Amino acid sequence: MGMEKYRIDESKGLEFGIYTLGDHIQNPATGKRISAQQRIKEIIEMAKLAEQAGIDFFSVGESHQEYFTTQAHSVVLSAIAQATEKIKLGSSATIISTSDPVRVYEDFSTIDLISNGRTEIIAGRASRIGLFELLGYDVRDYEELYEEKFELLLKINEEEVVNWEGKYRAPLRNAEVIPRPVEGSLPIWRAVGGPPASAIKAGFQGVPMYLANLGGPASSFKMSVDAYREALRRAGHNPKDFPIATAGWFYAAETTQQAMQEAYPHIDIGLRLINGQSYPKQQFAQAQDTRSVMNIGSPQQIIEKILYQHETFDHQRYIAQMDFGGVPFDKLMKNIELIGNEILPAVKKYTAKGKED
Amino acid sequence: MKVVGLSGSKVGSKTRTAMDYTIKALIEQYPDIEVTLIDLAEYDVQFSDGRDYREYEGDTKYVAEMIMDADAIIIGTPIFQASIPATLKNIFDLLPEKAFRDKVVSMLVTAGSPKHYLIAEQQLKPILSYMKAQVVQTYVFMEEKDFYRKEIVNDDIIFRIQRLVEDTVVLSETYTNIRKAKEEQYGF
Repeated sequence: MGMEKYRIDESKGLEFGIYTLGDHIQNPATGKRISAQQRIKEIIEMAKLAEQAGIDFFSVGESHQEYFTTQAHSVVLSAIAQATEKIKLGSSATIISTSDPVRVYEDFSTIDLISNGRTEIIAGRASRIGLFELLGYDVRDYEELYEEKFELLLKINEEEVVNWEGKYRAPLRNAEVIPRPVEGSLPIWRAVGGPPASAIKAGFQGVPMYLANLGGPASSFKMSVDAYREALRRAGHNPKDFPIATAGWFYAAETTQQAMQEAYPHIDIGLRLINGQSYPKQQFAQAQDTRSVMNIGSPQQIIEKILYQHETFDHQRYIAQMDFGGVPFDKLMKNIELIGNEILPAVKKYTAKGKED
Repeated sequence: MKVVGLSGSKVGSKTRTAMDYTIKALIEQYPDIEVTLIDLAEYDVQFSDGRDYREYEGDTKYVAEMIMDADAIIIGTPIFQASIPATLKNIFDLLPEKAFRDKVVSMLVTAGSPKHYLIAEQQLKPILSYMKAQVVQTYVFMEEKDFYRKEIVNDDIIFRIQRLVEDTVVLSETYTNIRKAKEEQYGF
């Protein structure tokens, strides 16, 4: 077995990715917001630059409320698929709870065909719940909608002819969900955040885990990682067959002080607008510690942090969020340049596993 | 500086009376402060259903946003069945977990019996601490005998309300200044 099913090759070292929520927020330095059209085009451009810099993965999320612009995230991913050649693509996340798994699978296997087999799905249950009312779902079914539809998505991925019955969707009788992806199936990850309960569910299901970790010490997320692997073992799976991805804030600049100064106003305005409360400066200041999970700092500091996180989690992919809160495009370009020239070579060098591992 | 006075009950008159004295004292002692009194008896606030506080509508949204926007909150509460009233607990349930971070919160308690004296200490303070408030430790406790027909007739209560108002404002200004000085040192 191994992780080939999920297109992960550990001999090449930790995979490095970029994700965007597709947030659409004014740049706090100017108070101006670019148009939704420009934001979407810049996301596509960011993916192209990421590919040129040697970054392994790029993903786009959906949020159906004010201050977001990639509600149709699969359409954006489709444009990225056409504009790129080798970078792997995914959703971060697809809210499967409020979507029809059949339609999601049709979309993503089509993107897989367009991209020549580079597409993955990360399925989540939404940390912002505005979409439930908009799309006609009851937020009281939050947990069950997710579990049922995620199971169906996995089933469609595994079986070419599907027979299925559930509570939240019409039954499927000998249904063929087509087109099929290039390799017959797609890597499908479970998006996990917060306490270990979701990580345990991912383990019992035997699916790879995408773990969001915005702030705090890396060690506090170790509990979710351990719980996930333990649940995999209990369900009869080999944890070595299942990759873990972590995802969190990222911002690189020449010096750590400069990175902190440039990043904070964006995170501050983004959280104020989206969550209603900012991230306290006192806690943000602790991001300078190597043990903090926030990858904000000089390239050298970020390399140390990512290697420390890799030592802690032994994960297979790290996915950086660098565009949150109206970060202007020239800064995104600079970040990608620092990743490609300085961070990526060092991270790959120290995390590549020999075949005997 | 914005202060919200929150009168936490739909029942009776003592808490509202005490809040009126408190707001009056606040305006007299600190005329520059922006003060709003929210008497929950006058608002139609729905039960918390777990959504983001900004996604409520009408009175619920107004009350939640006013509180979130305040620098300091003075809560007036009666004691019912050996606890705080459900109307007040619901306000806490509407708000995010760290709603009172960087806010000073002080308390006035009215009760029908002196046996209720420690209820605020044991039931209200832990909620405020959990929600990250800087709590003014001393609260004003009032009983039936301190009131006569919607007036406070115990001068000691009036003096203590004046001190509570002063403590709330002084602590709020002090914490704000300390935080600002500290944040300037971070350099970002």
